Amino acid sequence: MTIQSCDLNASVVPMPVSNENSAASAHSKAQRVARWLVSPSVLVLLLWMIVPLSMTIYFSVLQYSLLYPGEHPFVGLENYEFFLTDEGFSAGMSNTLILVGAVLAITVVLGVAISVLINTPFPGRGIVRVMLISPFFIMPTVSALVWKNLLMHPVSGVFAWLAQVMGMEPVDWFAQYPLSAIILIVAWQWLPFAILLLMTAMQSLDKEQVEAAKLDGAGGWAIFRHITLPHLARPIAVVVMIETIFLLSVFAEIFTTTGGGPGYETTNLAYLIYSQALLQFDVGMASAGGLIAVVLANIVAFFLVRLIGKSLTEKH
Amino acid sequence: MIALSQKQRRVFSQIALTAAAWSVAFIIFFPILWMVLTSFKTELEAFATPPSLFFSPTLENYQEVFGRSDYMHYAWNSVVISMGATLLGMLLAVPAAYAMAFYETKRTQSTLLWMLSTKMLPPVGVLVPIYLLFKESGLLDTRTGLILIYTLINLPIMVWMIYTYFKEIPKDILEACRMDGATLGQEISRVLLPMCKGGLASTVLLSLILCWNEAFWSLNLTAANAAPLTALIASYSSPEGLFWAKLSAVSTLACAPILIFGWISQKQLVRGLSFGAVK
Repeated sequence: MTIQSCDLNASVVPMPVSNENSAASAHSKAQRVARWLVSPSVLVLLLWMIVPLSMTIYFSVLQYSLLYPGEHPFVGLENYEFFLTDEGFSAGMSNTLILVGAVLAITVVLGVAISVLINTPFPGRGIVRVMLISPFFIMPTVSALVWKNLLMHPVSGVFAWLAQVMGMEPVDWFAQYPLSAIILIVAWQWLPFAILLLMTAMQSLDKEQVEAAKLDGAGGWAIFRHITLPHLARPIAVVVMIETIFLLSVFAEIFTTTGGGPGYETTNLAYLIYSQALLQFDVGMASAGGLIAVVLANIVAFFLVRLIGKSLTEKH
Repeated sequence: MIALSQKQRRVFSQIALTAAAWSVAFIIFFPILWMVLTSFKTELEAFATPPSLFFSPTLENYQEVFGRSDYMHYAWNSVVISMGATLLGMLLAVPAAYAMAFYETKRTQSTLLWMLSTKMLPPVGVLVPIYLLFKESGLLDTRTGLILIYTLINLPIMVWMIYTYFKEIPKDILEACRMDGATLGQEISRVLLPMCKGGLASTVLLSLILCWNEAFWSLNLTAANAAPLTALIASYSSPEGLFWAKLSAVSTLACAPILIFGWISQKQLVRGLSFGAVK
């Protein structure tokens, strides 16, 4: 009814030109309003990016320790030099890369396998799906402690008991293979993310194409290799990049289980910078390390933003 | 060798598939299941080898956890911080997403992508300045401080999710409202928001989940006063000994609400978590 009254108005107005003008001015007014609506978000994010980051850059060239108040003399790139040549850095760097690489490999391979497995309907699929994605919602400190104490404990853990049942020597995970233990925990937390995304992507797989391939006598492996895997290539790329962003800064799992030890064995870059800053109070060195972490993450982010930007323009 | 008919083979493969899927799900879910089971054991049973499967469940761990006033303190912090950051985030994100979805300009796409890129800044890169700024301004170990941080780290995801929901609404409907002389406020509150209730609800849920589980800033910026549940549980990491049942009870309580939220919103999560790159 209201739309009809609109039409009536339009037909009464004799000059369509002026009508268009007022519409255009209303439009530009709306554009102005729109700009006001976006600006708070843009402003706070801009502040969030620029203020701390420029402070990090500034601190990184100062000799600045919270233990020695007073002057913070300019030292140029000395902090970077110390940070990069410190034995903690090479350990932290290689641990970071091993952690990211291993978790990616586990989550992508298992994620693909599981999402293919649960793609065809079977009794209780809904419950299975809920069970599979549940670990994602467990807070990192809880999953770290549950794994460390209830599962991986060398005497009373479930794994130790399983090893005993199978006649093997129980493994003291955090003493013998601390980094592998962390990798297992983090992979358990991130596997649901891979499953969630890949499972969604599997639903858009062209079923007719699969049927046609079957009729042509293609086996399960051939279908997987030539139809499923190419279809999953993009979602896998998305999983890899988003996980990488988060895995580069794994922190709580290390903080609650090993504290970076023994030695530097489970210290990643994020934990190393934390310990420089809040355990050794060396603001300058921690800032230099922080910037190195930012540069690393940016390399990944560059590709990710391009990938997402591409899908954005495809969609609209 | 017994030759199987095609039908028999199909039945067998169906059974094998079901068994495989259920076993995988059981293995992955096991740590959570075990945590919940352990929370109903006595400390002695929790520590026993071989693990006791048949035990008479007890609620004493939960009683003890609730009896200690500090649990409620941490839980309340988690609730206030998650809700506060989600509310503030929605207040910023809904108008921004509205403007981007319905008044698209040349810069909209790059603004969106730029917002996402802020999410990719590793927190350790800004840990030192944020810590010092918070210390100077008295925000260290306050709920307000964490609310501000969480709002900022989740804002890009929220804008993104709401933007994709708004994008699905046909522009004609809004045009029609405007023709009828509806003001901007009416347009948003009477037409837009009711139409995207589901989308907005899942954005709220995702934000709550991410805030509740956040464990970098909460561990670094809080101590006794504003520490949420993530920090309470981290404090259980130091002592060794007979406390597993209690740890499990606290953990179960801390995770249960979010686990349920997660189950409700699992379908929508993909949209938010992959920034729309997987459909």
